Amino acid sequence: MSSIAPPASSVGSKAFGLSLGVFLFRLRALIALFVLIGIFSVLTPAFFTEQNLIILVGQTAINAIMAVGMTFVILTGGIDLSVGSTVGFSAMMSGLLINRGVEIPPLGVVLYFNIPMVIVLCLCLGVLVGAFNGILITRFNVAPFIATLGTLYVARGAAQLSNDGATFPNLVGKPELGNTGFPILGAGNVLGIPIVIWIMVFFAAVAAFMAGKTPFGRQVYAVGGNERAAELSGIYVNRIKMGVYMICGLCAAMTGLITASQLVAAHPAIGESYELNAIAAVVLGGTSLAGGRGTMWGTIVGALVIGVLTNGLVLLGVQEFWKKVITGLVIILAVVLDQLQERFQQRLALKRA
Amino acid sequence: MTRPDIETSANGDEPVLVAEKISKRFPGTVALDGVDFTVYAGAVNVLIGENGAGKSTLMKILAGVDRPTSGRLLLKGMPVEFKSTREAAQAGIGIIFQELNLYPNLSISENIFVAREITRNGVVQHRQQEEITAKLLDRLEQPLKPGTLVRDLRMGQQQIVEIAKALSQNVRILIMDEPTSALTSAETEALFRIIADLRANGVAIIYISHKLEELLRIGDYVTILRDGKLAATAPARSITVPWMIEKMVGRNVNAPRHRTPAISKNDPPVLEIKNLTLPRVGGGFTLENVSLTLHRGEILAIFGLMGAGRTELFECLMGLHPEASGEIWLNGRQLLHESVRDRIELGLVLVPEDRQRLGLVQKLSVAQNITLANLNRLVTWFWLSDKREAEEIDIMIRSLAIKTHSPKQSITALSGGNQQKVVIAKSLLTQPQVLMLDEPTRGIDVGAKAEIFGIMNGLAEKGLAVLFVSSELPEMFTIPDRVIVLSKGKITGQFLHDELTEEALVLAAGARQQTEHPVPAGQTN
Repeated sequence: MSSIAPPASSVGSKAFGLSLGVFLFRLRALIALFVLIGIFSVLTPAFFTEQNLIILVGQTAINAIMAVGMTFVILTGGIDLSVGSTVGFSAMMSGLLINRGVEIPPLGVVLYFNIPMVIVLCLCLGVLVGAFNGILITRFNVAPFIATLGTLYVARGAAQLSNDGATFPNLVGKPELGNTGFPILGAGNVLGIPIVIWIMVFFAAVAAFMAGKTPFGRQVYAVGGNERAAELSGIYVNRIKMGVYMICGLCAAMTGLITASQLVAAHPAIGESYELNAIAAVVLGGTSLAGGRGTMWGTIVGALVIGVLTNGLVLLGVQEFWKKVITGLVIILAVVLDQLQERFQQRLALKRA
Repeated sequence: MTRPDIETSANGDEPVLVAEKISKRFPGTVALDGVDFTVYAGAVNVLIGENGAGKSTLMKILAGVDRPTSGRLLLKGMPVEFKSTREAAQAGIGIIFQELNLYPNLSISENIFVAREITRNGVVQHRQQEEITAKLLDRLEQPLKPGTLVRDLRMGQQQIVEIAKALSQNVRILIMDEPTSALTSAETEALFRIIADLRANGVAIIYISHKLEELLRIGDYVTILRDGKLAATAPARSITVPWMIEKMVGRNVNAPRHRTPAISKNDPPVLEIKNLTLPRVGGGFTLENVSLTLHRGEILAIFGLMGAGRTELFECLMGLHPEASGEIWLNGRQLLHESVRDRIELGLVLVPEDRQRLGLVQKLSVAQNITLANLNRLVTWFWLSDKREAEEIDIMIRSLAIKTHSPKQSITALSGGNQQKVVIAKSLLTQPQVLMLDEPTRGIDVGAKAEIFGIMNGLAEKGLAVLFVSSELPEMFTIPDRVIVLSKGKITGQFLHDELTEEALVLAAGARQQTEHPVPAGQTN
């Protein structure tokens, strides 16, 4: 390890080099991201173009938004398998609200909402699904894996029921109902950058702020680190857990809205197996599945790694099946490195002693 | 197989295990620095030192948990290197850890035989294991069922299981890291008889403890570590407690004295408990008609044996047992269904007995642990104010003299005494009126113990009401203004500081045991 800068403190320049090593190791997901970008840029000229990068980040955003919510859940030591179904449920709900409206039988009227209202209602639906998970986990003491596995089926079934398994097509709305404009969410641009990316940045920034700077965030880490100690410190453990699942549901619902908007249609199979992509991004970003350790920015980087990998391999014309194998190996590698981190850090710090 | 180059001690005991110039470096610290340590067969080899002096590290090296950075181990004169506890165990070295290493979800006998189950054709012979376990427990004078889940055992009983586990492995060298810290006096006496028995059979015991009187009683050789270095080694016959303290601390420790309390009996009590009763699952009571009052500026100690209901009393006060009946009044307000948070906000706070499990969040830093119970007060707008948080942390670290490189350091890097101070700091930041401490000095060295008592004294002088629980008799004579003795869930004695006698305390603590159960030998001291 070479020493670059003069020693800033009494630790000495050798130690500086070593702590730089630890620092770089911690940033391995980010480094991996740049390495992948470098490789793909060399291998295919189509990769590093403004157009492709915008597409890439747009694709990533969908996963990243879900993963942000998932990070909160995993930080408490839980897991949410139901996000994929919530994505589908929320997408179908948007389709239903736009194309069919809400019928109120006694009055014989059909209520249509404008697009902002549709978005709010769908997000509320996601929060409700999260609250359902949270109640199962906190009040009925169901293990998060099982509770959310159940919800995975329930929410998917509800999505299918909402239109008897059929798609809500052509979600453009009608001017006379005042509900046009839904596709803007998925296809619109602000300052030359897709709205989707703005949404991702917004969600990530708010989540990072919540995790790092608010009592809620600190308490999430504490609950994941030692639930009983947190409880005796006066933390409402159950409220924190309810909170993280509701946030996770909200993020999933947002993803559902974006997907439906991009497709200009809501299909009941939207979001199938998305939960696994979200979990993969969280894990790649260095969050411990045992809870208590991880960051939001890590998750965003993790989602970008998956995005770059998928996009680059497609451009290279790699067969779909190989793409899966490679993605899987990258995830495994990330977890192996994560396990090595502690030992690595200790050994480096030992040399410093 | 005596070899000429092995020196025997003055008593004629033979060294069985010799550690030569052992050094161990950890990130940021040197835990051991060229330490020599000789273990004699058929003797109790005592190892003492303050927390962080390197005792546990040395033990871990002897037991194969850790490898030394430099230096070597000689077993019966032959150099050995243990790569795992299993290898050390095969060489006849067993260890009982200070922090218990049991599986709460398994039964006592499953814990004892874990990883070396008795099998026939690949099938675990549970009955045989349980029979052997029953015999071991019998030998330890513990009337526990081998099939009981460890989760359902109290701390002290879990320690007994650890001891039984080590005993079951036919050890020649047995390392005990603070085995009596959670034991009652009866359990301790039973353990001492077992130690004497093992010693007579030629087993070398390595014994670590902070209870110095106890060491002089049972020890043969005393080795003292200070700051990772060997400070002194001597036969136990020739030394005294003050000498040991001086060698350990490198200075004289002034044990905090009882201060004259500034309690006004005319003031209403800050805490009043009336007829608190906690039924036990399966009949009987864990707490029965417990009533007490506590005034501002008063230090009240609750003394009792393991299982007397002391911890449960605190749990009831924190609202963890909704099934309890009776009345709890705090500042003239009756507590009914308040949550832990509400109780903390009303001024009650608990420093729990089990630091690792209930006191600390290991993945958070020192700083984050200190402010954990107090986050809502550090909010400006709706986020945490870094500046205010840093201020409060700084005040606490300085006023409690918490030894840490930086507030951002991981909590696990601190010694036991400093971790305890962090838990106390966390509790104090909630600005409590009643501070409850459950065995605050458990697993803490002499110096830190004196500091903790000093802190409690200081808090009482500032008007805080302090309620603490201990099973260590000598502590009753230090700072408490009043001692209440619990036995089997009932108050069996109440003494002012001036009225305290050792006999009266022991008698009261054993009172209900005598009437309901035959007294185990040694209980009455």
